[in-house]
Amino acid sequence: MHGRIRTWGPGALVLLPTVLLLGYFVYGLIAWSFNTSLTNRHTARKGPADYVGFENYGHLFGEDRFLNSLKNLGVLTVAFIVGTLIFGLLWALLLEKGVPGESIFRSIYLFPMAISMIASGVVWGWLLNPSQGADARGLNRLFEILHLNFLENPWWTAGSRWTTMASIALPAIWQLSGYIMALFLAGFRGIPPELREAARVDGASEFKLYRHVLFPQLSPIALSALIILGHMSLKLFDLIYAITGPNQFRTEVPAIYMWNTLLRSDQAKAAAIAIVLLAVVAVLVIPYIAYTVRQESEE
Amino acid sequence: MSVDVAAATGEAATAVRRKPQKRGVIADGSTRRSRTVRYVLLLLFLLFVLIPVYVVVITSFKNSADTTAARQWSLPQTWTVEPWRKAWDVLQPYMIRSLSLAIPAAIISSMIGSVNGFVLARWRFPGANIVFAFILFGMFIPYQAVMLPLRTTFTELDVTRGVPTLILAHCIYGIPICTLIFRNYYATIVPNEIIESARVDGAGLVQTYARIILPISMSGFVVTLIWQFTSVWNDFLFALFLTQQDNGPVTLGLAALAGGQKVDYAASMAGALITSFPTLLVYILLGRWFIGGLMAGALKG
Repeated sequence: MHGRIRTWGPGALVLLPTVLLLGYFVYGLIAWSFNTSLTNRHTARKGPADYVGFENYGHLFGEDRFLNSLKNLGVLTVAFIVGTLIFGLLWALLLEKGVPGESIFRSIYLFPMAISMIASGVVWGWLLNPSQGADARGLNRLFEILHLNFLENPWWTAGSRWTTMASIALPAIWQLSGYIMALFLAGFRGIPPELREAARVDGASEFKLYRHVLFPQLSPIALSALIILGHMSLKLFDLIYAITGPNQFRTEVPAIYMWNTLLRSDQAKAAAIAIVLLAVVAVLVIPYIAYTVRQESEE
Repeated sequence: MSVDVAAATGEAATAVRRKPQKRGVIADGSTRRSRTVRYVLLLLFLLFVLIPVYVVVITSFKNSADTTAARQWSLPQTWTVEPWRKAWDVLQPYMIRSLSLAIPAAIISSMIGSVNGFVLARWRFPGANIVFAFILFGMFIPYQAVMLPLRTTFTELDVTRGVPTLILAHCIYGIPICTLIFRNYYATIVPNEIIESARVDGAGLVQTYARIILPISMSGFVVTLIWQFTSVWNDFLFALFLTQQDNGPVTLGLAALAGGQKVDYAASMAGALITSFPTLLVYILLGRWFIGGLMAGALKG
């Protein structure tokens, strides 16, 4: 800051290895993938390939299968974000004033977060068994036992895109609601108590207190939560792999489609799918990073 | 705040206008009834979270004849540890590989993150914000976008397939999150004045880091170690792309155990529990910091 190499030089030097590593392994490899996506490298073979421009992208966006995977991803993302935010916020609201045993509730709500998506996918794949009636298994069997037969459904195996992808979102919501709860809870606890007091003294109702005083304070956290959930959902792979297997058209998302394409050694196409996925994430994340960094430097 | 909103929410408004000392009203402004409602809701949601746990645990102690549709939600007729033994036999080598992978990966990326975080928080240089944004973006990229050339690079570097490949990958791609956590941590707990006065006294960066920063970094390290251990342990994507069944981590092992044509449900469930055990243990023992780590995962949490 003082413009003297002696003062800031060592700091820059310390960060140099990181910058070089990430420069290669993040930015360099992205460029490499992008480069591959512009070629006709449709086999596993090595050696030179010809550039075909954006042909692979053109094919992708003219392909029903890819468009299907994008639509699936869109539905999955909406269901997952809405579900997780509702549960997370609700749990935080229920806990934020403190109840007896709060830490127990908090820990149990949060624990699914510690489990791998593969493990929870194995379990949920079993719970979401599509058989119904006398042969019902998993959750459908539970609904039978509780005489809630009307709740039975084929989960991800039949029905609309919404039923299918919401079934996939359900385990993800189960896993991550606790995380969003923890974020909001920290937010509530970070609000100075005087603010509540002042609002109450002014005669604000509980509803108005939340609506006009507390929620506005939480909006930065809500934004973070949205970005985190959004980018997680776009990358979601393990859960679908474990619940339905990677070869299901109904639940295919770009991340899974890319894997299937790679299994056929179609490198150029796989790279193009990956770059589209990256572009979607970047649209979401870059403005957020810019906003965060600018805000921090103002402080 | 307009008056009509208060009228619209009549009931809630009267509840608060009462004096806090009045019967049935608790100090935080809520009534006993609303508190009971809250409690009942909390218990219901607890059920939602725990239902899968119940069914996994009971199934893992059943013999195969006992996992029929009709008896899926009932306790085992005869309890058996056979599924656990079966799952353990399959998973044991994977578990050892995952441990020898997750521990060093977590330690190395935490150490790099600590030094980076210190510089970005307290030893800044012109353009530090750009570097910060440059690092941060690495946290969000979908790994699919680097996966193909990463595999080629590792082949060219001649890194041994399996654990070493994964350690390298997790260290590199773990740097952004560790840097972020430490940066936020140092920005809150280390006053700038201390660093300034150390500088005035002629302490260089290395000295300042070693004498002042490192000794107070304990809880920062706990957070990044937990975070990294959990995410490395739970990773599946890198494992699938960069290793094979015979040298992969436990997530690959579990996927193999629970996949395939004829699935042994009881063993799959036992396997899911065995696989989750280390991260659950970390979570139970260090839960308080785990939550801290999750917060730090959010940029401004």
